[in-house]
Amino acid sequence: MSTTTLFLLTIGLGIASYAYGRSRAYSVAKRHGGVRALHSLPSHYGMMVALWCALPALAIIISWKIIEPSLISNMLDSAIPQAIHDGGVEAVKLYKNDIGNLVDSEKIASIDNAEKKLAAERLTNLRSTSALALFVLALTVAIAGAALALRKIKPETRARHKVERVVKFFLISCASLAILTTIGIVFSVLFEATRFFQEVGFLEFVTGTKWSPQTAIRADQVGASGSFGAVPLFLGTLLISFIAMLVAVPFGLMSAIYLAEYASRPVRNIAKPLLEILAGIPTVVYGFFAALTVAPALRSVGESIGLSVSSESALAAGAVMGIMIIPFVSSLSDDVITAVPQSMRDGSYGLGATKSETVRKVVIPAALPGIVGGVLLAVSRAIGETMIVVMAAGLAANMTANPLEAVTTVTVQIVTLLTGDQEFDSAKTLAAFALGLMLFVVTLFLNIIALHVVRKYREQYE
Amino acid sequence: MPSSAQEAFDKLTHTVGTPTVDNAKMQTRNVNVFYGEKQAIYDVDLDIGQNEVIAMIGPSGCGKSTFLRCLNRMNDTIPSCRVTGQMSLDGEDLYGADLDPVLLRARVGMVFQKPNPFAKSIYDNVAYGPRIHGLAGNRAELDDIVVDSLRKAGLYDEVKDRLDAPGTSLSGGQQQRLCIARTIAVSPEVILMDEPCSALDPIATARIEELIDELRENFAIAIVTHSMQQAARVSQRCAYFHLGKLVEVDDTSTVFTNPQHELTENYITGRFG
Repeated sequence: MSTTTLFLLTIGLGIASYAYGRSRAYSVAKRHGGVRALHSLPSHYGMMVALWCALPALAIIISWKIIEPSLISNMLDSAIPQAIHDGGVEAVKLYKNDIGNLVDSEKIASIDNAEKKLAAERLTNLRSTSALALFVLALTVAIAGAALALRKIKPETRARHKVERVVKFFLISCASLAILTTIGIVFSVLFEATRFFQEVGFLEFVTGTKWSPQTAIRADQVGASGSFGAVPLFLGTLLISFIAMLVAVPFGLMSAIYLAEYASRPVRNIAKPLLEILAGIPTVVYGFFAALTVAPALRSVGESIGLSVSSESALAAGAVMGIMIIPFVSSLSDDVITAVPQSMRDGSYGLGATKSETVRKVVIPAALPGIVGGVLLAVSRAIGETMIVVMAAGLAANMTANPLEAVTTVTVQIVTLLTGDQEFDSAKTLAAFALGLMLFVVTLFLNIIALHVVRKYREQYE
Repeated sequence: MPSSAQEAFDKLTHTVGTPTVDNAKMQTRNVNVFYGEKQAIYDVDLDIGQNEVIAMIGPSGCGKSTFLRCLNRMNDTIPSCRVTGQMSLDGEDLYGADLDPVLLRARVGMVFQKPNPFAKSIYDNVAYGPRIHGLAGNRAELDDIVVDSLRKAGLYDEVKDRLDAPGTSLSGGQQQRLCIARTIAVSPEVILMDEPCSALDPIATARIEELIDELRENFAIAIVTHSMQQAARVSQRCAYFHLGKLVEVDDTSTVFTNPQHELTENYITGRFG
């Protein structure tokens, strides 16, 4: 009896007990003079029976499956030869794995070692006993639960309250799952970053100007001891984000103003979705657009006017990233501009202001906090963007403010540090976590500020 | 509507009372307004005199606000709206080809139902109009206009210490007086008020009504109101609209004590509306 079958069986039992509980509730209601005599609807009673039946049984199956492996592994100890036990914990582990694999591939018969065969048979035995025990236990609990709940189908039982409490608990656990995962990620990054800072000083990391993460993997290798100054990476990130915002803010804002204030309804209905399609293009497509089209074009233009442009430049990556962010800025700005009350525009027209005066001097100032919030969200998006810069910005950690040179960003370095063959506890790999942590802190602050600004703006008009 | 009143309305072909005055500031003749296919105003003739307050009353949907919004062409912002007939300000055709609606709105100011201060400081709210029309040559002149307008709107003493505070931080009544100050600041010739007190409490309302009476010295004022008491208190002439027709216009005292038309009488005495 596989676990999947048991799982499906339990759920089937739950569905059946719903139907049975519901019809039972109807017959109880009949005895007491109609459905109105019951505290809750018959379907609530059915749901109550179903939950009482399936929930405890499912909980038992899940926790059993969590505990089972270590329990069986402990019980297997006695079947393992003393010689292996003398070899230490690792040897025992290896031996158990070996047996486990043999059992899984059903090759017990072909085992020539008698001791091993004995252990394998013991494991098979333990597993089938465990499965049987689980089967009996789960079904007993399911049926007992259903029976208990069926006895509770009385007019005075508040079935709806019970069911809704379970539903509420279910919703809470879904909501907390997302939060707990985030917290888990933060802590794992924090933990690994701490290990990195034990090897490389925090001050060296945040103030050092040389980034060269190549460390010797084996003791006999020559060369690079690695230097981890993150300043060039953050400067590169800032430079590219700055270029991206130079492109995205004016274009995004102007298109938002056009769409919100000037465009006729048919134009708006076509243009707005078209603009938002830009946001649906995968970033990797933008990436090769930047690397294969924009960068060479910039290079040839630069050469024709006597500038030396490197084939991977901050300008190409930043400009394409800016194009990618335009719909982000324009959509958010469009929302806040549209949210400015019509009465404010009327007030301005009523004083003899023209349309452009009204837009420039009344509507935009009123929407400004919201626009700023949207731009800050876009900045944190630009800082975290990876694919375009991996493909178009290069890997050289140059400290430069010249947009025509190749630079590298925090995200690019995280990618290069973690791809390929790595030793997981080397400073080189751990540096990725430190960079990730810094990036996380920066974008977190930007988001907090942005959300705060946006919320403040909303309060003003609601 | 009682059936006899319905008959009276159907028979109504021209306005009862005296729609014209001798010293007219604005004149309207045969005005019809349409929203798409639907007609909202039927053949209205009405004058707005110099230095008078004319109140427009009537049940909801009777077209009084629509008519008011034609007087400074605010209805231009509604694409489906179409106006026919003659309207003039000092004899100048409002819908003439050579008239710029933007300039018209500087001469015919408007105060709205809900106070709608801009998201700017009190000072900048009032200075907005003079700035866009270039009325002040320098900062000192602008200061004078702002202070003078706030004084005329009866708001100056309450806000003189916090002209930099946002206009939205004021109370509802103060916001509405700020909007009136903002309108006065561009020195219009006519002020249109569209239910200026409907969002205000009785004390703030009384304050605005006093203000309207003082403003009459310098401006012609047309006010739309739902409150008959308010119409009786602030206006010299009163126009009663019903389903898009101008039923009766006369001196306010006549309309309220001795209405000529059955519909007006029904409305005044509270039989409907």
